[in-house]
Amino acid sequence: MGANGSIVQFDNVGLRYGTGAETLSDLSFTLRTGGFYFLTGPSGAGKTSLLKLLYLALRPSRGLIRLFGEDIVTMPRTRLPGFRRRIGTVFQEFRLVPHLSAFDNVALPLRVAGVEEEDLEVPVREMLAWVGLEDRASARPATLSGGEQQRVAIARAVIARPELLVADEPTGNVDPEMAKRLIHLFDALNKLGATVIVATHDLHLLTAVPRAEMLRLDRGQIADPTGVLRNPPRRADEDVTS
Amino acid sequence: MKMLRAFGASEGKLFPEGRISGPMPWVIAIMMFLTVLAAATGMALSAGAERIEGQIGNRVTVQIVEPNPDRRAAQAEAAASALQGVAGVTSVRRVPDEEVAALLEPWLGDLAADADLPVPAMIDVDLADEGAMPAVAAAAERAAPGALVSGAAEWLAPLSGLLGSLQWLAIGLVILMIVATGATVVLAARASLNTHNHTIEILHHMGATDSQIARLFQRRISLDVLFGGLLGFSFAVVVLVLIGGRVAAIGSDLLGAASMPDFGWIVLIALPLAGALLALLVARATILRALGRLL
Repeated sequence: MGANGSIVQFDNVGLRYGTGAETLSDLSFTLRTGGFYFLTGPSGAGKTSLLKLLYLALRPSRGLIRLFGEDIVTMPRTRLPGFRRRIGTVFQEFRLVPHLSAFDNVALPLRVAGVEEEDLEVPVREMLAWVGLEDRASARPATLSGGEQQRVAIARAVIARPELLVADEPTGNVDPEMAKRLIHLFDALNKLGATVIVATHDLHLLTAVPRAEMLRLDRGQIADPTGVLRNPPRRADEDVTS
Repeated sequence: MKMLRAFGASEGKLFPEGRISGPMPWVIAIMMFLTVLAAATGMALSAGAERIEGQIGNRVTVQIVEPNPDRRAAQAEAAASALQGVAGVTSVRRVPDEEVAALLEPWLGDLAADADLPVPAMIDVDLADEGAMPAVAAAAERAAPGALVSGAAEWLAPLSGLLGSLQWLAIGLVILMIVATGATVVLAARASLNTHNHTIEILHHMGATDSQIARLFQRRISLDVLFGGLLGFSFAVVVLVLIGGRVAAIGSDLLGAASMPDFGWIVLIALPLAGALLALLVARATILRALGRLL
């Protein structure tokens, strides 16, 4: 955890791909540990790019990012895997390993972290039960529905008890009923202590977690043109415990 | 820092195809077959050259060319006796006339045994070193005027040169095969990385270290190379044994001298193992370099 109870601090962050214009500009905000955040904004606003910075798939072109209290912009590359293991990621397109069963997909983060085989069975079965897939443990992704695949992806993202969960349009490929169930899963995880950030287009979901705060991106910048956002994000220099 | 293991029970399933995958093991088998043959040839030629050099490199042949058979025999006896006393001579052997006739028989037939045929009397002289050669020539000339003295080194020189060239050619082939094996492994590792890019990306996002991911590939590729190497080695050994049998059947002292030394088999057995080790190192370096381009 960082200073002032923050888990993520962005200070004047900019991101550009190649020599093009900046995709993200002058982002300065702080996310507190244990918070639940929705990231909204129109297509092309830079939501996915922002999430990529959060799950360490990219480094910014400028500015400072502190994650878990450490500067990850100048951090040596060899230290990043340890940080990635503290972050759970859910992708819109699931990104399951197609040749592995649901069980093995969910177990993968634990195996990456070096958990012994005999210690895998119970937590993986529990996690599959948590997402309602205990009877689909041996099924491969191709035989699962979109909602089931997304639940496997969520189970995989949270099995290692990440401190930060980042979800990019996790409800984009499921029906509205399943979307609400998935958000409730995130809510439950958040209540267990994880900081959750969910990028979504779906404004109906924003009411599913009443305590959630919101970040709105527009053209690569934090924006709230309508002024209707609840709990707008704090400035980077603001004490989030207050 | 905690040493992270590979991927436990799921390791074999992360990449769906079987252990022996693609053309690489078979390409390696062919290259190892050629490498073993080249290495065996190189070692046999080296051993053969040393053996011939050691046996007759310091041998001098004295020919008594007197046409009168009685005088020729007398001169041969006198020369052999004189040569015994020359410093630096380790042994003197008068080659029996029957042996000389047998040597000529393939060319002259029964005529070789004809007593009227003025076949030179021959004396083999082994020297401690080449420095005794002038004294031998002088002693032979005194005992048998007109005797011809020729060192084996004279006619061995072109043969040694040929063997040396063939030996270097074999070494060159082995080096080329090693380079080709390394290049094949690099291509296979890159192809495998491309094929499994999706899985690698997922593992990377989950916090797998480069070493963890590299271990998956390097073990798999080195086992493929070991399989191909052992296959190629086995076929090469069969060929070597068959060739050895043919050489033995010919009964040629010259060809027989070019047999592989005992330690050669250890070298040959080590080739597929060294190939697998080389594959492991090359695959690891290739994969780590590719993964290093990711954040």
